[in-house]
Amino acid sequence: MQRFANPTKFMSLADAILPWMIALAASLFAVGLYLAFFVAPADYQQGETVRIMFIHVPSAWLAMMGYSLIALSSIGSLIWRHPLADVAAKAALPIGASFTLLALVTGALWGKPMWGAYWVWDARLTSVLILFLLYIGLIALWQAIEDPSRAGRVAAILAIVGFVNVPIIKFSVDWWNTLHQGASVIRLDGPSIHPSILIPLLVMTAAFTTLYFVLVLIAMKTEILRRRVSALQSARAGGAQASAVAAE
Amino acid sequence: MSAMIDLGPHAAFILWAYGIAAGVLACLIGWIVADYRRQLRRLAQLEAAGITRRSSRIRARSKVTQA
Amino acid sequence: MSAFLTLMRRDLRLALREGGTTGTALGFFLVVVAILPLGLGPDLKLLARLAPGLLWIALLLSALLSLDRLFHNDAEDGSLETLAMGPLPLEAVAAAKALAHWLTTCLPLVVAAPLMAVLLNLPIEAFGPLVLTMAVGSPALSFLGAIGASLTLGLRRGGPLLALLVLPLYVPVLIFGVTALTTAMRDGDMLSPPFLILLALSLAAGALAPIASAAALRANFT
Repeated sequence: MQRFANPTKFMSLADAILPWMIALAASLFAVGLYLAFFVAPADYQQGETVRIMFIHVPSAWLAMMGYSLIALSSIGSLIWRHPLADVAAKAALPIGASFTLLALVTGALWGKPMWGAYWVWDARLTSVLILFLLYIGLIALWQAIEDPSRAGRVAAILAIVGFVNVPIIKFSVDWWNTLHQGASVIRLDGPSIHPSILIPLLVMTAAFTTLYFVLVLIAMKTEILRRRVSALQSARAGGAQASAVAAE
Repeated sequence: MSAMIDLGPHAAFILWAYGIAAGVLACLIGWIVADYRRQLRRLAQLEAAGITRRSSRIRARSKVTQA
Repeated sequence: MSAFLTLMRRDLRLALREGGTTGTALGFFLVVVAILPLGLGPDLKLLARLAPGLLWIALLLSALLSLDRLFHNDAEDGSLETLAMGPLPLEAVAAAKALAHWLTTCLPLVVAAPLMAVLLNLPIEAFGPLVLTMAVGSPALSFLGAIGASLTLGLRRGGPLLALLVLPLYVPVLIFGVTALTTAMRDGDMLSPPFLILLALSLAAGALAPIASAAALRANFT
């Protein structure tokens, strides 16, 4: 584990695997999109709109997995002071938030023909919306605190608090939703999914997940570079001050 | 294009969903790559200006942690 | 324990001497409740139906208002760092301050809630359940809010950020608070499952939130 703690080592490791991951993501997307549009049949209940599921379900999965990864990285950065955990927790934020937004938007576009409304206060949609708010809060907190080491620790605490709360929020929203029985005629979790739908879904999920990790790796590299740049800049500012003092 | 499959009465919703997903992902990828290039450029500029003191110190320190 | 009580007494005394906080929270509670019918229309039946939810939302917002002052003064004059080095663990300091917030902000709001309920035409039989559910649920608001207060301590735009961070965490309290109230109104059953869950939320928040608060405060020292 300690081997990966070194940012320079991490950079060269990422450089080595990124081309392969990009190629994998591109081919998974090519196969997945082909399956989604030309092979998967229309669902007997949802009709052609089932094709929205092929991007909705992977986005929703990444929304949740992305938040779990941030929470795990936060634990790593708080307890073990792992330098890369802090970088990962920050880099994964805007990416996870984007996929959460996609899950919400594609869910709404699926809901309009299926439920007759873009937004239904369905338990799942509501919990994803609150997850999105947690992402927004974390991004806002990172932006509000200038000192990156303090921002990292404070954001890590918030991420963990949010992580503990996610199941409680999910539980409360489920409770609330059964009270106000909504118009959900078709639920997203059918008893069993036919392989002709399931396989494209799995391929698309793999494609999205690979893309997610490609983006997280690049964003982590960027974050490491950003920290080097600001370290160099402060070194230059310090040097300039020293030479000004020397000139006087 | 008759080869295009028939997406049924809700084609617009499906195409919008895929279009928005493509748009959001394109923006995200573009932003992440641009940000990466910007940091690379700034680092190269600083190093070209001869300010490598701190970064070499980082390298020295990381060698120590490896050992 | 005595150090804990001393700290709480000190915070209460400070809040009383400065006045302000309790009065502002009560005023805000009133203004939110007063403005709702202006937006929703004066239909008394509609207001009575919405009243449990509206009152709970007003409570949430009013409890939020004074949170950004929770650690502010003590951080400014350095007494927070003195407290951190004292005999009391920082977790207990955070808990004492959250409890002081509950006593000076939430408790007055809970006591004033029946007056606000009159404005929204809540049936008078529901006043008891209203006060009881709010009294049981509001400690969670103070303890969760203390996490937000310690996270945003000393930030320039701390207030709005605090609301953004804390309100999503308030969702379960809101849901079970309103459900416990409406269940009690409908069935006359006070100790319904939602009420017990609300109680559990407050107890869990009281036990766990000070740990997170203290960790965030420590991150601010260095």
